[in-house]
Amino acid sequence: MDEKSTGKTFRMYLMICAGTGCVSNHSYEIKTALEKELARQGLENEVSVVPTGCNGFCERGPILVVQPGNIFYQQLTVKDIPYLVEEHFLKGRPVAKLMYVPPEGKTPVPVLSDIPFFKKQVLIALRNRGLINPEKIEEYIARDGYKAISKALTEMTSEKIISEIALSGLRGRGGAGFPTGLKWQLVRNAASSNGGQKYIICNGDEGDPGAFMDRSILEADPHAVIEGMIIGAKAMGATEGFIYVRNEYPLAVQRLDIALKQAREYGLLGENILGTGFDFDIRIKRGAGAFVCGEETALLASIEGRLGEPKPRPPYPAQSGLWGKPTCINNVETWANVPTIINRGAKWYAGIGTETSKGTKVFSLVGKINNTGLVEVPMGITLREIIYDIGGGIPAGKAFKAVQTGGPSGGCIPSEKIDLPIDYESLTAAGSMMGSGGMVIMDEETCMVDIARYFLSFTQDESCGKCTPCREGTKAMLSILTRITEGKGTEEDVTLLEELAVAIKDTALCGLGKTAPNPVLTTLRYFRNEYEIHIRDKKCPAHVCRQLNEYVIDPDLCLNKGRGCDVCRRNCASEAIIGEKNEAHVIDQAKCIKCGVCFDVCNFQAVKVK
Amino acid sequence: MPKLTVQDLEKIREQTRRALSIREGGEFKAKVNVHMGTCGIAAGARTIMSALIQEVETRGTTDVLLTSSGCAGLCSREPMVTVELAGQAPVKYANLTEPKIREIFERHILGGAIVKDYALGIGSEKTDL
Repeated sequence: MDEKSTGKTFRMYLMICAGTGCVSNHSYEIKTALEKELARQGLENEVSVVPTGCNGFCERGPILVVQPGNIFYQQLTVKDIPYLVEEHFLKGRPVAKLMYVPPEGKTPVPVLSDIPFFKKQVLIALRNRGLINPEKIEEYIARDGYKAISKALTEMTSEKIISEIALSGLRGRGGAGFPTGLKWQLVRNAASSNGGQKYIICNGDEGDPGAFMDRSILEADPHAVIEGMIIGAKAMGATEGFIYVRNEYPLAVQRLDIALKQAREYGLLGENILGTGFDFDIRIKRGAGAFVCGEETALLASIEGRLGEPKPRPPYPAQSGLWGKPTCINNVETWANVPTIINRGAKWYAGIGTETSKGTKVFSLVGKINNTGLVEVPMGITLREIIYDIGGGIPAGKAFKAVQTGGPSGGCIPSEKIDLPIDYESLTAAGSMMGSGGMVIMDEETCMVDIARYFLSFTQDESCGKCTPCREGTKAMLSILTRITEGKGTEEDVTLLEELAVAIKDTALCGLGKTAPNPVLTTLRYFRNEYEIHIRDKKCPAHVCRQLNEYVIDPDLCLNKGRGCDVCRRNCASEAIIGEKNEAHVIDQAKCIKCGVCFDVCNFQAVKVK
Repeated sequence: MPKLTVQDLEKIREQTRRALSIREGGEFKAKVNVHMGTCGIAAGARTIMSALIQEVETRGTTDVLLTSSGCAGLCSREPMVTVELAGQAPVKYANLTEPKIREIFERHILGGAIVKDYALGIGSEKTDL
């Protein structure tokens, strides 16, 4: 056993965030600087530096949380470290200038749990984030890790495990929300009639733009996923498991690899686990990052070594999955919830959330929001609480316009639905879906036609091309949307978009195609007016679609404020600006290519967009 | 590497508990605050802290929290330590040495009896008026 993580006594722990976000903000350099400075001050035997998984508040990285005290330091640089070590870690005086100051306030908030971003969160899947070193199995064990398998393997029958998961109300966190207990039951039953080999799979092929829930869980707490899978294996009678994870997540792959090795060394994976006679092992399968491989039949094909293409269901993987054997596929977050449900009981878990959606959900907040990051909240929380209380609202005092949930398969939810309580059903009723948990926040300067075009270009790009509706249909929809954003749309285009959308939804082979039209349908439902303005008036109200913009120079501001500074003329690539220094400048609309450079370079806001 | 049993897992939990309870902000029976101002350090506060850490480590104590803070204001009596048992008024000790703090650890922090010979006073200044 590693002495440093267990036996040795420290009076203080410096929990440095080592999630991908903070690592790219140089948190490992901070770690090295801390260790160097602690040694210089002779504190290396009193104070320990512990790398942890993602804290969630990625906007403020690199992040350091000091225990005891839960003191939260943010946006650290290497040059802050000597002062911080001497003042706080030696002399015990926390350093206010390195603490978080909320956007509206002036006073730093020293303690993590007092920061609004963290206050409303409830951690189940992310229960160990920031508290343990994900590369040390002993620390996971100390936080009641592998307690649930002790219980599941020694005290519970397979039926009892499945009924506990079913009673908890846990539903698939990958997006569709299929009841997990029922899925397990189907695989178990299929197995008893077929006999032989069964498989379980962890789906970590997270591909939605702006989504990083699975990555963070795998990086912060790989053992939680492994333990969940061992319990699932026992319940369903599987002896082999796979974790399918994107190769673009090198840190997640690396930590998983370490975790699997440690679990095997301790006999928590392999033969005769904990001496109970139960055998199970897990292998990592790295994916090449194709979006369609998140679809379960395509994922199975990819693990089997075939081209990652979907096939029609039924048969469902529960009957005929990996190499034709009954297979259970659950998402990373779903597996991470399982040990806590076994430890604390179905009743406890079902006490959190709404009537139909139990427990918590992890969301990644991205886009036009102050607190970009990763949050875990109870089901039933409103969008307003997530966006304003946790997310800290919209930057620069802009108005909230819409939120895209469910990634390219989901839809936009407009600002008037901001008090919508979040669960599977309410999001579906609003035309969107839970999805895996990506939330892209949009402000008033976002063009909804452009957003629909963006998401469709993503799905069109990622379409595997196997079925015609998805391959050709998304291409046709994309070309119509592009046409509209360029001012070449016609009155019939909206109807055509709707017809195509319905046809693709009804006929595409897999979930990717069936849901691809959703962003278009929801923007049409809530922002139809914007489509009409693009088509009828050839204008983009948000001034995002540059081909529809008309740039003009306010002669008064140009002459009296800017004294005809000539910067715009010198920067104009198409020589469309006329004027001498100290004169008001004019744009020749015939020559203007609407690149917007003059608007960006003018220091006097004299260039206007119409 | 040994293959674990359910009992082994429990043992690991026990051994790692102290580190984790500090991180989790758990309940502690006693909080010991070593005053680490420049005056304290000059008078030997670092030795006092090391002795405390050693006591905790050799005895395997899990419910005593060791922290540091700035100068307590009485620089001439450093090194100083404030001992706070859960639910009791804090006690300040002054002019400490290594043997004294070890005695305080055993008699007061673990045993609950104030070591009157070394104590400066009971209670704290008012902080919220």
